[in-house]
Amino acid sequence: MDFELNEEHKMIEKMVYDFARKEIMPIIKEHDRNHTFPHELLPKLAAQGFLGVCLPVRYGGAGMDYIALGLVSEGLEWADSSVRETIAVHLGLHSLPIFQWGTDEQKERFLPPLATGQNIACFGLTEPGAGSDVAGMTSRARKEGDHYILNGEKMWITLADIADRFLVFAKTDPEKGSRGITAFILERGWSGLTTGTIEGKMGVHASNTGWINMDEVPVPESHRLGEENEGFKIAMSCLDNARYTVAAGAVGVMKSCLEESVKYARERKTFGKPIAEYQLVQQMIAQMQQRIDLGELMVRKVGWLKNKGVRNTRETSMAKWYCTEAAFATASDAIQVHGAYGYSDEYNVERHLRNSKSAVIYEGTSQIHQLMQAAYVFGNRVDKPLRCQLPAYDPEYWQAEG
Amino acid sequence: MNIIALIKQVPDTAQLSKTVDGLKLLGEGSPRIVNPWDEYSLETAIQLKEAHGGKVTAICIGKPEATEALKTGLAMGADEAILISDPAMENSDTLTTARILVEAIKKMGDFDIIIGGRSAIDGNSAATAVQVAALLDISQISYVAELNADPNTQTISAVRLLEGGRESVNSKLPAVITVVKEINEPRYPSFIGIRKAAKATIPTWGVADLGLDASQVGPAGSQAHWPEVNLPPVREAQVEIIEGAPEEAAKTLADRLVAEKVI
Repeated sequence: MDFELNEEHKMIEKMVYDFARKEIMPIIKEHDRNHTFPHELLPKLAAQGFLGVCLPVRYGGAGMDYIALGLVSEGLEWADSSVRETIAVHLGLHSLPIFQWGTDEQKERFLPPLATGQNIACFGLTEPGAGSDVAGMTSRARKEGDHYILNGEKMWITLADIADRFLVFAKTDPEKGSRGITAFILERGWSGLTTGTIEGKMGVHASNTGWINMDEVPVPESHRLGEENEGFKIAMSCLDNARYTVAAGAVGVMKSCLEESVKYARERKTFGKPIAEYQLVQQMIAQMQQRIDLGELMVRKVGWLKNKGVRNTRETSMAKWYCTEAAFATASDAIQVHGAYGYSDEYNVERHLRNSKSAVIYEGTSQIHQLMQAAYVFGNRVDKPLRCQLPAYDPEYWQAEG
Repeated sequence: MNIIALIKQVPDTAQLSKTVDGLKLLGEGSPRIVNPWDEYSLETAIQLKEAHGGKVTAICIGKPEATEALKTGLAMGADEAILISDPAMENSDTLTTARILVEAIKKMGDFDIIIGGRSAIDGNSAATAVQVAALLDISQISYVAELNADPNTQTISAVRLLEGGRESVNSKLPAVITVVKEINEPRYPSFIGIRKAAKATIPTWGVADLGLDASQVGPAGSQAHWPEVNLPPVREAQVEIIEGAPEEAAKTLADRLVAEKVI
């Protein structure tokens, strides 16, 4: 069993962290303070290949594997969660689902402009009255000829007001509950489709979070993803992708918090000596490192499972639950190490604390994941093979031009 | 164009802190990076290739772990890389280092231009590239902030960035140039470049491969030696807080800086 990153992965890790240091860190604090989206980063993320890192080259992607996706997520969120959210949503919750569930025609049509950043995408599942209770959604899709007509509202949607492509879910057969949901790809500019931004969030200020309103939006059959009434399974498989990026990103948050805390603890003196020499500070530092070591192991294993094409819903859920809670605890401890200075946005740690609270809520609350894990343990939840599984990573296929 | 990029792997001075001093950074196992100035020279080399066609070969003298620096060069877009490595070469002075590089360059064959960074952040002599040019009997232009090449006429025109201004220089090729950070913005390694670099086999040339022997390299072959390297003396800083409203404090500060001949 080899726990080392291979040479390729090590170079990717270095490149992503260099990018985060040079491109994101100089601008993110101001965007966070002003609650503005860093539009200037999108073309840079696209040019570097991050928006399609684990998509095959034939679809405009970079042809890398799922461990690379984890490393990109970690490095970007080391700088700020809002940047990783773009990757999680655009790639994890929109492009990868098309890669997994789309027809050949849909993959050829939709993926290249997504991989290159020509289109920016989001994922509309949550509603004002339906978060954890996905099946409780009230969005509806009725068939009329060769179109579906969509009505409903989605809320707390990352990139809602930035995206021009939307993967949304609506009930085509409300009587069937979760088995009556269908997935659709919508395009900005279609009649009846409007979006807006939600202000006043506690954190991820540099991320765009908003709402999507659908008022008699006509959606052609060509834009249905998967089969009718297959949407719940599609949505859950989307979460398998994004939860992985969230878990990996949380490791990045923890690494940033630890680095900042170590630096501060070495420099700050009280009673004549650096606070790094005090045991209660050392305890917090040791716990941060422990959380990083554990989180990293879980994330690497999930990436490995995805590379093998093995269903990993349970492992991804566990990694997401653990890493996001660990990141929140680590950020809190990091502020404690910094004392009063940690409470000021002059230092990065308070931003990480505000950001990390969102991650224990979205992509399945910690409570939902605990219910899932208990169900797995008691045998009440057994993952069955999906009609379309996320393909195992095959370097030859991924790197071929076509 | 046949372009040679000189790179060096150096200690990561960003790791300097109250607990990690320069001597620790020089020690075995401490983090190493591509000499930051050499990233600019790699970028210059790759841009020349993109504009005029040809090939970029990155070469580096160092320990075996210096292949990491060469792989960075390949990942950025260099076509080939060569590691020059031999325990006998360690602790060579700049002239000996230049002689080693010249033997490697002669072994590589014809070239149009050799590009290096303005200096290495560890030794900071800024001498090696100059000595390479002298030994090859070709011109050398340092502190290049702008560069245009004309392979048809085998000439380059450069702008040097000097403390007092800028200087335009033309030269025939082949030539050696060293660049400053104002010349470009180094690209990040691409995913395609990283894949290529990870698979690359980098040849290693030792003393014998270059037709040298141990007496010509290392301390034995060098005229300059470093008997001692010390940290700078610790300075106790004196801090004075200038009180008052911002405009008042700024005026007081400016007056003090003028009086101290800082500005």
